[in-house]
Amino acid sequence: MSAASRAAQLGLDHVLLEKTDHLSDTIFKYQKGKHVMATPSQLILRSDQEFDAGKREDILEKWNARTAELGVNVKYDADVKAIRGTGEAIPGSIQKIVTRARDGSTTTKEIQRHAPPYAIELTNGETVMAETVVLAIGTQGNPNLMRCPGFDLPHVTYQLDDPTAILDEHIVVVGTGDAGIENARGLAEDPAQGNVVTILNRNPKSANVRESFATAKEPNAKALAEDDAAGKLTIRYETETKAIEPGWITLNTRDGEERIRCDRIIARIGSAPPRGFVEACGIEFASTDRLAFPTLSPQFESSAPGIFVIGALAGYPLIKHCMNQGYDVVEFIAGNRTLKPADEPLLEAKFAGLPGNRSVNDWLEFLRGRVTILEGMTTLQLREFMLDSDARFYRKGATVFEKNDPGSSLFAIADGSVHVRLDPNDASKVVPIPTGTIFGEVGLISGRRRGATIVAAEDCICVEISRNAALKLQSQVPSAKRAIERISIERQLLQMFGSGLVKEDVAEVVDKAKIVSVRAGDAIIKEGDDDKDIYVIRVGSMIVEKEVGGKPVFLSYLPAGSYVGEMALIDGGQRTATVRAAIKSEVIRIDGEAFSRVLSAKPALLERARKDMEVRRRTNAFVESKKDGFSGVVDLYSEQAKFLVSQGLGEATDVLLIDERLCVGCDNCEKACADSHDGLSRLDREAGKSFAHLHVPTSCRHCEHPHCMADCPPNAIQRGPDGEVRINDTCIGCGNCQRNCPYGVIRMDKVPPKKPGLLSWLFLGKGPGPGEPPYKWSKKNTKYTGDPAVDEALDRKKAIKCDMCAGIEGGPSCVRACPTGAAIRVSPDEFLTVARLENEGA
Amino acid sequence: MASLAPRRRTGASRERTATHEGFLAHRNYRWLKLSAALATLLIGLYLFVPLPGTHFGSSWLGYTLGTIGALLILWLTMLGVRKRAITPGRWSLKAWTSAHVYLGLLLIVVGTLHSGFAFGWNVHTLAWALMMLVIVSGMFGIWVYATLPRALSENRYDAEGAITEKQMVEAIRSLDRQIHDAAQPLDAENAVLVNRSLEEDPFAGTFWNRLTGRYPKDATRAAAGELRQRRAFLPRRADDPLDKVDALLTRKEAMLSRMRRHLKLKTWLQAWLYVHVPVTFALIAALSAHVVAVFFYW
Ligand SMILES: Cc1cc2nc3c(=O)[nH]c(=O)nc-3n(C[C@H](O)[C@H](O)[C@H](O)COP(=O)(O)OP(=O)(O)OC[C@H]3O[C@@H](n4cnc5c(N)ncnc54)[C@H](O)[C@@H]3O)c2cc1C
Ligand code: HEM
Ligand code: SF4
Ligand code: SF4
Ligand code: SF4
Repeated sequence: MSAASRAAQLGLDHVLLEKTDHLSDTIFKYQKGKHVMATPSQLILRSDQEFDAGKREDILEKWNARTAELGVNVKYDADVKAIRGTGEAIPGSIQKIVTRARDGSTTTKEIQRHAPPYAIELTNGETVMAETVVLAIGTQGNPNLMRCPGFDLPHVTYQLDDPTAILDEHIVVVGTGDAGIENARGLAEDPAQGNVVTILNRNPKSANVRESFATAKEPNAKALAEDDAAGKLTIRYETETKAIEPGWITLNTRDGEERIRCDRIIARIGSAPPRGFVEACGIEFASTDRLAFPTLSPQFESSAPGIFVIGALAGYPLIKHCMNQGYDVVEFIAGNRTLKPADEPLLEAKFAGLPGNRSVNDWLEFLRGRVTILEGMTTLQLREFMLDSDARFYRKGATVFEKNDPGSSLFAIADGSVHVRLDPNDASKVVPIPTGTIFGEVGLISGRRRGATIVAAEDCICVEISRNAALKLQSQVPSAKRAIERISIERQLLQMFGSGLVKEDVAEVVDKAKIVSVRAGDAIIKEGDDDKDIYVIRVGSMIVEKEVGGKPVFLSYLPAGSYVGEMALIDGGQRTATVRAAIKSEVIRIDGEAFSRVLSAKPALLERARKDMEVRRRTNAFVESKKDGFSGVVDLYSEQAKFLVSQGLGEATDVLLIDERLCVGCDNCEKACADSHDGLSRLDREAGKSFAHLHVPTSCRHCEHPHCMADCPPNAIQRGPDGEVRINDTCIGCGNCQRNCPYGVIRMDKVPPKKPGLLSWLFLGKGPGPGEPPYKWSKKNTKYTGDPAVDEALDRKKAIKCDMCAGIEGGPSCVRACPTGAAIRVSPDEFLTVARLENEGA
Repeated sequence: MASLAPRRRTGASRERTATHEGFLAHRNYRWLKLSAALATLLIGLYLFVPLPGTHFGSSWLGYTLGTIGALLILWLTMLGVRKRAITPGRWSLKAWTSAHVYLGLLLIVVGTLHSGFAFGWNVHTLAWALMMLVIVSGMFGIWVYATLPRALSENRYDAEGAITEKQMVEAIRSLDRQIHDAAQPLDAENAVLVNRSLEEDPFAGTFWNRLTGRYPKDATRAAAGELRQRRAFLPRRADDPLDKVDALLTRKEAMLSRMRRHLKLKTWLQAWLYVHVPVTFALIAALSAHVVAVFFYW
């Protein structure tokens, strides 16, 4: 829209194709009255359209009015299905499209690119011709289509606008995500409509709705199961569609095929990212990674000449960026070559503190030329990359970070060098890291605290690459990914085994090492097997268990950064225990033979490995000896450990655990949390699962690789200085993090007004007392000013979650405020130890 | 300096415990040991130090004990403030509770010795009696704190892990909706019965009902019972709507009784504080009267 407005203003011949009947569908679909944020605030807006923080309705209204005023030529209901070059074939320009089937096999299709003009085909059969195309279709994508025979019949639909308009039909809803459930329930709500509704679920029936409806929200799933029980509609479990014909549908069920009446099919089976469509236009993506974006020139031109890609699809998920790019790209097409990108001042500020007085472009060139992993980036990628990163200057001797600091960023040295301190007490024991390479990768990969202190060896310039930027970099530049992997394997080995090993000693091992990803629950080592490889846990965590008396017994918990499998290598013989992934993990598999050569060359290392092994042996022996006399206690201990792992402890760094034998239900923890955090509690004590009196309340686990961070447009979720995962003030309230957190710990809420102090409540009865104020009180006491800007900010809902009480002297308020000692916050490696066995009274 | 990395840690301290150590066992019974030692010492002093037989309170040991006792009472009362003032700092309410319990018990010795066993119908003995009442209620509190949480926890277990009070209410509401739908084909008389159950507020009931967990006039049970009785006189039919209503009512009854058990346990866990705290205030009033009386009229 911003691009078309610029074109209209410049008087260029243009058309804005929009697949719906309104502009800006993504924003149109925000919930009613949503407060839209204009982040990043330092970025100036450059567009013919206005945009400032405000209510969704006001913004859309302004845009509509302005679009009309500018005379933008909009064509609504114009859904583009293909873009084809109609000029000559461009020699040597071939687009390879790799598709991966469900079974993991890949097929590659090649298409020859043709020069402009482009023929833009619409789904309604029309064709529009254009010299240049600006693709700004966002990332919403299209609904997934049915695949069985008959999928193209007219009664197969993918949407339901008004469930009350459908009467007396036999309807089959395919898919039990939230959308499917809402549609099915809507259709069956009023028996007077006379609809016969069947909803198909691929999963088996289970007492736990979370299992049978894995993709839906729990209340939705429960309500659906209830409707089924009440006979309002029918859920068919373990059922898929086989064939569709007018009036009928054939189903594949566990008990064979079945044909039922069906006048309408509503398929709600997710939506596909627009990547397929975009690739078919001849636009290349940086890699096959799911996170990858199209490869673009600094002016947003894609690998198909004359097709430009901007906005969320280009990797810029904020409205302001999108609008600026629309303006810039049309200026470029119109021949303006001197326009500096709108993010120039932001980048200038990033480089301002560095010595050397270079221009932004010189700095970017400098970084690209110096730092190996940045070599493969385009200028556009590098600009975006720098927006998420920081360039820092360190004087000789300055500490970059200290051992055990939390941190998940990666550092690259652009100039100078740094030292890794090996011994905290001896400043002379160091390993140098030279210009051009990276450090800090362990924090990035494992999500754990820093493994060593890094000190600047001379004046140096480093780029601190935020976790997000580093992930993007790895998905965009495959060579960077490989370089980071190799370095990280090597460093991890050196750091883990220490003992004076140098790079050369482990070269062979590193060459042969392989990174393997392991699904949750899968075993990397099986008791009784004969293999001899060693595994280093790179991401995630593992549990070790052993069969004792016919039952698997939990022996220990291994966090990322530890290794397993050394016993069979050192002592020979079969594997003595099974090691399986607590959560989805990544391990480095090290060839046993190669490693034993290192061991025999380095007696000191062998000695250390033996010592580690002894400790583990003793633990195992202890658990096994207990099993003889106190088998009940050991079973309980084992099962509790498994329960905790199933509750996400395997990826947690800090989790709230309540001993229900001590908890008197006073909810003082919740009150304390609210009182130390803007009046909103970040934990729900009663909710959450329990097992054998151990309760995991709904409260953030501060995951090693937080799922909530994955999709936050303003990048508002960061790991804070104390290792906590926190959400800062730039949150725009989109709710993505709430959906992405598998533990449901994030709530969207507005901050209640300030309460009168404790003493005036105690003595004068003023205010609602300790804890979260009731909704009514907040509503009554919110001081609206009548100024819409202020009032909207008061009503603004933000993502709220536990911040581990970081920065509060004394630590977690919830723990400190528990009168009985029932609530503690622990890390899994602190809690899942054999010490528990002793404490439990065995 | 724009180019220096921000400080990594906020520097706030944080106590970490990796195990669930209850308030009674706090720090390996530190406060129990301390209180026991003090109690022994004080009893020893009382027995072996020669002091005047009457008006023990005005002897030096009496004054000391009195002062300690009064300050201790005030400090014990401060637990209520500590519990609610969530200030930063390295305090833990668990440590406070532990000290509160054991020092509170020590007060039996301190207060009683201070009285010199001179009881009568006066404000002084009233203060002592109120103190003892608070202490006894506190002991009762310890007993419920130590025994009821397990039952509370067990009552919440179900196939999916554990259900919350809110979920119990929701489950009852959902059953109500289903009962409402299933009751549509019933005749008027039966529908009235069923309606009585639907109109019942799950939270209704007196304090006494809650405490005992007994609700003799429960509408759901009455409705289910009567319905069953009536049906016994009707001919059996396949697909009888009454069957469905009956099954649903049975489920509702089960959920209701679970919720009532939950409320009962919660009530017990809290009710004793309604003695403990108000009597504390009465105690402070009596204590003030006692102090004033002693200094002005003795
Ligand atoms: C709930 C939510 C809240 C958010 N809040 C904010 C916020 O407060 N502030 C902020 O800055 N950002 C916010 N964002 C992010 C922001 O909305 C998006 O990043 C931005 O809208 C992307 O703009 P775009 O122009 O790239 O794509 P879109 O806005 O998605 O626009 C793409 C348009 O192309 C049309 N289209 C798609 N395919 C075709 C086709 N084949 N043929 C024809 N037309 C097609 C679509 O209908 C749509 O109108 C939020 C996102 C969400 C989901
Ligand atoms: C004269 C002595 C005592 C006084 C004045 C006193 C006073 C108080 C007060 C004011 C509270 C705060 C209640 C609240 O705010 O919720 C409290 C709580 C409590 N008291 Fe006492 N108390 C005394 C003795 C005892 C004794 C002897 C015991 C135990 C044997 C005891 C056990 C408790 C317990 C368990 C709590 C609850 C803690 C909580 O749940 O927060 N008290 N007391
Ligand atoms: S909010 Fe959820 S995903 Fe994010 S760190 Fe906490 S528990 Fe993990
Ligand atoms: S913190 Fe959550 S709600 Fe806020 S912007 Fe990020 S993803 Fe959206
Ligand atoms: S650690 Fe702090 S923020 Fe987190 S739940 Fe406890 S009190 Fe709330």
